[in-house]
Amino acid sequence: MSHSTVSPAAQAGQFDFLVKGEHHVANGTLLGFWLYLMSDCLIFAALFATYGVLSQNYAGGPSGADLFDLPLVALNTSFLLFSSITYGFAMLQMQQRKLKGTMIWLAITGVFGAGFLGLELYEFYHLLHQGAGPQRSAFLSAFFTLVGTHGLHVCIGIIWLVTLLFQLRKHGLTTANRRRLFCLSMFWHFLDVVWIGVFTIVYLMGSLS
Amino acid sequence: MSELSHNHDEHHADHHQEEGPHSSFSGYMLGFMASVFLTAIPFWLVMGDVFSSRNTTVLIILAFALVQILVHMVYFLHMNFQSEGGWTMLSLIFTVVLLFITLSGSLWVMYHMNVNMMPSMMSGGS
Repeated sequence: MSHSTVSPAAQAGQFDFLVKGEHHVANGTLLGFWLYLMSDCLIFAALFATYGVLSQNYAGGPSGADLFDLPLVALNTSFLLFSSITYGFAMLQMQQRKLKGTMIWLAITGVFGAGFLGLELYEFYHLLHQGAGPQRSAFLSAFFTLVGTHGLHVCIGIIWLVTLLFQLRKHGLTTANRRRLFCLSMFWHFLDVVWIGVFTIVYLMGSLS
Repeated sequence: MSELSHNHDEHHADHHQEEGPHSSFSGYMLGFMASVFLTAIPFWLVMGDVFSSRNTTVLIILAFALVQILVHMVYFLHMNFQSEGGWTMLSLIFTVVLLFITLSGSLWVMYHMNVNMMPSMMSGGS
């Protein structure tokens, strides 16, 4: 009795397995890219920890309160925040399969990103000009490493974005390009999350001391 | 060839789940508005010298940063317990644990190293 009921069920399960085996894993790349972002997060954790330890070691040099220009940082932060929402609009256009709209919002995102990078380079140039370069004190070494690494990520994000614009123009919103847009979206929003830590811990808390 | 693959894409998108999370205009706008609010207030607190106590200001801006990170995670990165069968959330929790150990461990150990240093070796620090 029991034998006769179990046997067909097991056979059905076997067929299910064969049918399911034909499907490919749809979201493999997105999960893999998310895992990359998590490991990138650990790099930033190490840099934040280094900055936290060294942030008071001025070696008789200037402190954050002497150096940081908060209105400039506020402008920079708003650039990155605007670029996050414009990337969101690009994703919404992509969902509606509107190639032109996707490309326009992506380009606007790139302009905001470039503006952010330009202001950061201007700030770095200004600091170096004042003699407050990374070699001045442990505090400034940690500052340049942390903020510079974030800036490097934004720079790579912009290169990726421009590459994607050319690919979109050539191939349109194919499955591969939509996957790339999702990955860049995660990368871009992740950089904005890291920047929240940077402006709070480095700039705002640095200006208080 | 490209026409064929395009048709396949449309077919794929219609009958299966879209590759990534589905996002909405209202979700992005809500996240953006919250972010503007959560960014502007810490800047105002620091630039306007609202509180006389440094510690109060530090605690409040850190709390605002934490909330803003959560807002970005939910509204921009579309984090939830369902995506990828829960693996994104699991890896995020694992990363947050490592992050906490790295940050708190470094700060704790190095603070005590500074405190226990011989006074003569201190180089004019406060």
